Amino acid sequence: MIETDELTKHFKSKKGMVKAVDGIALTVAPGELVALLGPNGAGKSTTLRMLTTLIPPTSGTARVAGFDVVRHQREVRQRIGYIGQGNGAGHSQRGRDELISQGRSYGMRVAQARQRAGELIDSLGLAEVADRTVSTLSGGQRRRLDIAMGLIHTPELLFLDEPSTGLDPQNRANLQEHILDLRKQRDTTIVLTTHYLDEADSMAERVIVIDHGRIIADDTPERLKAIHVGDQIILGFDDEPTAARAASLLPHHPSRHGAQLRLAVTGAARMAPGLLDDLRAHDIPVASIEVTRPTLDDVFLKLTGRSLRDGVTAELSPAENGDERELVEV
Amino acid sequence: MSNLIIDTHTVFSRELRPVLRNPFTIIFSMVQPLVFLALFAPLLPKVEGGGSALQWFVPGIVVMSCLFGTSMTGSNLLYEIQTGSHERMLVTPLRRPALLIGRALKEIVPMVAQAALIVVVCLPFGFDLHLGGALLGLLILAVFCLGLGALSYTLALASKNQEWLFWTVQQTLLFPLLLLAGMLLPITNGPDWLRTLSKFNPLSYVVDAERALFNGDVWASTTLTGTLAAVGVGALGLLVGVRAMNRSA
Repeated sequence: MIETDELTKHFKSKKGMVKAVDGIALTVAPGELVALLGPNGAGKSTTLRMLTTLIPPTSGTARVAGFDVVRHQREVRQRIGYIGQGNGAGHSQRGRDELISQGRSYGMRVAQARQRAGELIDSLGLAEVADRTVSTLSGGQRRRLDIAMGLIHTPELLFLDEPSTGLDPQNRANLQEHILDLRKQRDTTIVLTTHYLDEADSMAERVIVIDHGRIIADDTPERLKAIHVGDQIILGFDDEPTAARAASLLPHHPSRHGAQLRLAVTGAARMAPGLLDDLRAHDIPVASIEVTRPTLDDVFLKLTGRSLRDGVTAELSPAENGDERELVEV
Repeated sequence: MSNLIIDTHTVFSRELRPVLRNPFTIIFSMVQPLVFLALFAPLLPKVEGGGSALQWFVPGIVVMSCLFGTSMTGSNLLYEIQTGSHERMLVTPLRRPALLIGRALKEIVPMVAQAALIVVVCLPFGFDLHLGGALLGLLILAVFCLGLGALSYTLALASKNQEWLFWTVQQTLLFPLLLLAGMLLPITNGPDWLRTLSKFNPLSYVVDAERALFNGDVWASTTLTGTLAAVGVGALGLLVGVRAMNRSA
């Protein structure tokens, strides 16, 4: 569904050349749900903007839904849906009107567009607000309207750029449900960008971690965590000598922090009871035990030395913070 | 080509819809011209031969109303660039030129409605309507309006993320264009330099043509020069506008 080769985007800024996207090779098969994860400025949105024909790559190629994004823009546009960071509906328009115009934009007849708009309004729970001016809608309602607009032509591939940014937790959950539904019912291929770790974790079967314009990891959330971080068991003891004794007994190369031992393992939850039995057999009393599962943030921290949770922004590229005015496309 | 027409129609109808849903928005942008009409027209001297000064003043106000409303229209696109609707439309298969032409064409509708309203308001005060000439005048003004709208959208595309730039340029150009076209006061009595500047203002020719046409003087040379000026602005507007829209991302 998507195939890119050395996809690259450079911008010129006052400080010099910015490599917003630096040679990305990405393949997405039909029916996949992929999350692009990375800090602001990592190159996620720029990648998405190239894949959706909004900006041409500086070099490299991308085929989307079977067509080249530069040479066959119209064919690509006809086949993809795009839900950007902003609100797609004009604020002085009515939701239903915008949906019908959107359908017309994809070459649907008025009657056909009207019918499809009605279906989407019902399925996204917009019936009560569809005939109101968009500016009077709540953030969650507008976002659902955006989704409806992205789906009007039943695209085979849907891009979502930071779909849940700015939504409260309830609306976020609601939105995620709609996206997952869509996938279940239509087998739509979905590519979304996010900097919400839990969102990437819970929704995507495949997470692509992007930093400084490059793909630094690409796998299922489970495998990313297992490979890059693993689980941790933290054992607490009454005093340091006990902890040291336990450390010499355990085959897991634990690291000792005072009266505490930390074990980096895989399958920690299954391992913990046996560990306790072993120590008890050696008459070593365990004061506390904690099993931690890694998060995608731990994966990111391990891969880059920085934490996503701190809200880090790559200094590299202001392109994704709406600061493109300072940048000239190359 | 036929698809470009369909796309243009899609964009045109989309732009027009909020106006049709809420026709009062048409009046908002013409408050200023109406104020000029109410507070300025009474100051005008009686025309020789006893005709109403409105005969001279109303066509100018019609052009002024077009100038005010249409030059601002780019701000709608600027807003849609900021909110994300423009981006959403750029990802659809709509042809880029249609995104501009449809928008610019829509400007003609409020312009005609405003002209009709001004004329209707003035009829009881002794304004003498020559329908044929006025309709031809509106046709010429429609072409001018199309070009001006396209230029306003071009300015909006160029001012992306810098709203101040749009308003600075629009406001800086608006009044010199208006005054140099002799819309409020005749230029003919002005000093040479002013009259020379006025000659370089395409709007001058449009205003002169409108004055003659609204007075039923269809076969005047001003009709030709006015038409040429309007077509010139129309062509220029579409040319740079479509270019700017093609490069929009």
